[in-house]
Amino acid sequence: MIRGHQTHTIWIAFLLHRISGVALALFIPVHFWVLSHALTAPKTLDGFLHWTELGIVKFAEFGLVFLLSVHMFGGLRLMALEFLPWTSGQKTLAASAVAVSTLLAGLFLLKAI
Amino acid sequence: MMTLRLYMAQRISALIMAPLVLMHIGVMIYAIQGGLSAAEILGRTQGSAFWFLFYGIFVIALSVHAAIGLRTVLSEWAGLRGSLLNGFSWAVLVLLLILGMQAVYGVTAT
Repeated sequence: MIRGHQTHTIWIAFLLHRISGVALALFIPVHFWVLSHALTAPKTLDGFLHWTELGIVKFAEFGLVFLLSVHMFGGLRLMALEFLPWTSGQKTLAASAVAVSTLLAGLFLLKAI
Repeated sequence: MMTLRLYMAQRISALIMAPLVLMHIGVMIYAIQGGLSAAEILGRTQGSAFWFLFYGIFVIALSVHAAIGLRTVLSEWAGLRGSLLNGFSWAVLVLLLILGMQAVYGVTAT
């Protein structure tokens, strides 16, 4: 059941921060493991990098760049909220984090294809 | 449970990572052009003290941040408590540090 507060923009920002954080935490061990092959088994790494040339994987990377960016900008908004004097326009700031992240991830995708 | 020490470690690690993440995104946008290869990555990072420090600090801050973050999620959403929660958080920290340092070594060692 969706409760009243769960339709609030800032609650959605909280959910996005949490989901992006968990998603990044699941992706990062794989990211590390793949990169650790660079020195000892560069062919394995190249095989993996070749796989990332697939369109669907590039789109997934777009998603990862977006999640990383939105987790950082959203997190900066949270820390400003906690440590700095209150500023109004929190919804605008949260929306801006999504907008900037979409832009950065989009730029990444354009360079990737 | 989120103690003050965990809370502060979470914020400090986040503040350390913010500029590193921005730079990481910048490097990704730059490096992805024309595709990636092991040789290209190594060409940029191998033997570089700068990238060793950059990624080394990144890995440490990230491991702390992810361990505390997952701990919070598991506590709030899965009701994990006590030694199980502590054990899981430590395991995440150690796993990420080991895998992360292996990756840093992999791309910067000569």
